[in-house]
Amino acid sequence: MKDMKRPGPFPFSAIVGQDEMKRAMILTAIDGGIGGVLVFGDRGTGKSTAVRGLAALLPEIDAVAGCPVNSEYVSDVPDWVTLLDANTVSKPTPVIDLPLGATEDRVVGALDIEKALTKGEKAFEPGLLARANRGYLYIDEVNLLEDHIVDLLLDVAQSGLNVVEREGLSIRHAAKFVLVGSGNPEEGELRPQLLDRFGLSVEVESPKDLDVRIDVIRRRDAYDRDALSFCADWEGADADLRGKIVDARKRLGSVDADDEIIRDCAALCVALGSDGLRGELTLLRAARALAAFEGDAKVTRDHLRLVAPSALRHRLRRDPLDEAGSTARVMRVVDEVLG
Amino acid sequence: MSGPLARWHSVNLAVACFALDPAAVGGISVRGRVGPVRERFEAGLRVALADSPIHRIAPSMADEALYGGLDLAATLETGTLRQTQGILDREGVLFLPMAERVEAGMAARLAAALDTRADLALVAFDEGAEPGERLPDTLSDRLAIHLDLSDHPLSDAPALEFEMAALVAARAALPSVSVSDAALEELVVVAAQLGVHSLRAPLQALAIARASAALSGASELEEQDLLLAVELVLAPRATQIPEQAEDVQDPPPPPPPPQDESADDSDQPDPVQEDVPTEILLEAARAMLPPDLLARMAAAKANKSPAGNGSGAKRTGNRRGRPLPPRPGRLGGGARLDLVATLRTAAPWQTIRRNLTGDHTRIHVRPSDLRIRRYQEASDRAIIFVVDASGSSAMARLAEAKGAVELLLAEAYARRDHVALVAFRGDGSEVLLPPTRSLVQTKRRLSSLPGGGGTPLAAGLKAAMELAGLVRGKGMTPSIALLTDGRANVDLSGAANRAQASEDATQMARVLRAEGVPGLVIDTGLRPTRGLDGLAREMGAPYLPLPRADGQSLSRAVDAALAP
Repeated sequence: MKDMKRPGPFPFSAIVGQDEMKRAMILTAIDGGIGGVLVFGDRGTGKSTAVRGLAALLPEIDAVAGCPVNSEYVSDVPDWVTLLDANTVSKPTPVIDLPLGATEDRVVGALDIEKALTKGEKAFEPGLLARANRGYLYIDEVNLLEDHIVDLLLDVAQSGLNVVEREGLSIRHAAKFVLVGSGNPEEGELRPQLLDRFGLSVEVESPKDLDVRIDVIRRRDAYDRDALSFCADWEGADADLRGKIVDARKRLGSVDADDEIIRDCAALCVALGSDGLRGELTLLRAARALAAFEGDAKVTRDHLRLVAPSALRHRLRRDPLDEAGSTARVMRVVDEVLG
Repeated sequence: MSGPLARWHSVNLAVACFALDPAAVGGISVRGRVGPVRERFEAGLRVALADSPIHRIAPSMADEALYGGLDLAATLETGTLRQTQGILDREGVLFLPMAERVEAGMAARLAAALDTRADLALVAFDEGAEPGERLPDTLSDRLAIHLDLSDHPLSDAPALEFEMAALVAARAALPSVSVSDAALEELVVVAAQLGVHSLRAPLQALAIARASAALSGASELEEQDLLLAVELVLAPRATQIPEQAEDVQDPPPPPPPPQDESADDSDQPDPVQEDVPTEILLEAARAMLPPDLLARMAAAKANKSPAGNGSGAKRTGNRRGRPLPPRPGRLGGGARLDLVATLRTAAPWQTIRRNLTGDHTRIHVRPSDLRIRRYQEASDRAIIFVVDASGSSAMARLAEAKGAVELLLAEAYARRDHVALVAFRGDGSEVLLPPTRSLVQTKRRLSSLPGGGGTPLAAGLKAAMELAGLVRGKGMTPSIALLTDGRANVDLSGAANRAQASEDATQMARVLRAEGVPGLVIDTGLRPTRGLDGLAREMGAPYLPLPRADGQSLSRAVDAALAP
């Protein structure tokens, strides 16, 4: 039962450590084109907490009030929608949970069975993909997701368009979202095709440092005891971060990446033998977003160095006989190529 | 703190702490088979939880029951929209019997519900008999209190007692219990020393300590509260024996906290020297460590819960694959309505039903008209490697099998393979790797394999057959690849008796054939072994002499021979 006075989620900026995960999420908030974050790691490391915190952190979007797919302008509203309210309102950026048990119908939308059977009307009931348009789609335990849902997501994430052709319906609508997945690799691997769709990937582990652990527990305990005042304490920090993200979005277009940097990106990917060109593109985009976030006018090698592990570690060919983890492999190559 | 009565006292306290604020504690995981002790525990729990509604759930509950959905029958009956309420939509405490049967997907759903809802708690009754059968880690990590009642004598389990008035008073006092920084730090340090990596655990320990303080009417955490928290929350999750402080800096890669509290007869953990600040707590924690911790730490590598391995093992057959004709049925459990077929069935009756009801405006569809889509799908393949790890020459074989397992796994996604590994040596066999698709897990498991000793071929085949049965039960198709040089010299009972050993092996091979498990016998001896082709014949399996096999050729051979 949702309580309207419920305090917000654990503030994003109050998360201790896990810098790589936080950075990756901020980068996708700056440039949605980076294409999602995959967070893999141990239990109880704040994966879900970060995603829920992110939802509260993101700036609001303008959307047509009556539109089920959060269209920005009335002209973008799909033709199958009977628009009841054409006003533009500010909404929080949608962060939609895709539960493991979701049926295909619930994900892509389907014939509204209720209406079909009770009134004899043929109507489309939008699914989770419609609600996630222009926002985030969050899948916890993504590696346990059923294969047929995965196939579906791949297709939509690739095209940005959800096409429903079944049960006499022919519906399409925009479905551009940032995919955020989290999971524990011990419970099953993710298909390479889906891995590749995530722009960035992050490996999180429980902090080893005692002081950090104590800090985590202390903050979480404070939040659990009095969430409202804890959130109020961190509101300022969250607002600062939000401001930086908004600024970075504006600055993004004017951040330069000269030929040398692009050459570096390519050299990194060649040296790592990553498949396709998606690696280079994501690396460059992420580095540019990072430069914008840090207020730099140009992408530098330092930016590359910082985002390379996230952008590339999940694109390596799997080598079952290599004992070193992929992070170590990426770092080794980064050191070789960037000196 | 030892002796069954003292433990039962802690159980009593645990239930009281839980009842104070179920949602903050998250829940209880109780290990133990159904029996009078567990009944007393459950009865006590119900008394203590008099204020919260209790819902019983089953480990294989359909999503519709969990989340609610369209009540189609009622909707059709009344012509208006009727929804059913899901169990997860209600507040209260969920009782989950047979929790060891919970699959990863269900565990993740329950975990998500526990995470997002502030009015839900779970009591999981883990009735696993084997060490590997237990509640998935996803869930047990979220349940603060871990109890083990499996060996508790009934005579030391009097009915749990609660003073309800005191409970109510303590509940009111709970928010005002203050926690000193020192107490918080102590719990974190103890958790780290015990090798408890999840950060949830110290938080849960804190919640227990706080509840315990409220129960005793204190306004601040005292030593006994911390002790109780360590006993109920931290000690059962221990993955290492607390040692000196430097060990904390570099703990081993976090192994999943083994929750199987089965009582193996094994060595007591050796007492270790200590010089850490949170002396008393650690000392207590050491005393409370499950007696079989060492055995469990060793076994944790091999005996990972089978429920957590790989994915896609179940094949319900109504979502994908080759379409079959629709059939009558009811919606639910992820079944999809075949609307056209449903309407086609309903169509002939329309005139009759209209006249009967007098309603001429709508289509009359009755529950009996519903048609469900069905699909046929090939099930996943599980290849069980049975590897001879006996003697010094077999060490090489083990490495090759390792290579082959990893190579097959690397392509497992494309080919829907699960891979398992059974090794036999000395006087018995061991499941080194339960069926899995996870490369990460496999690597961790395979890193150190023992070798040497006799050749208990029959024991190896027996373990493989049991595993095959398990795999079948999960909807996969098992096949067995046996790698050996064939000279069985240890019989099923573990005695070194060459004649009996060979007899037993032949017997097991026949059983495998009768069970209909396809197989492959790979002769890894330097030259073909006499008798092994006979064994292959008994198994109904191809015989493949493959001296000097490397991982690559082995994986190719297995793939070719066992192609579905």
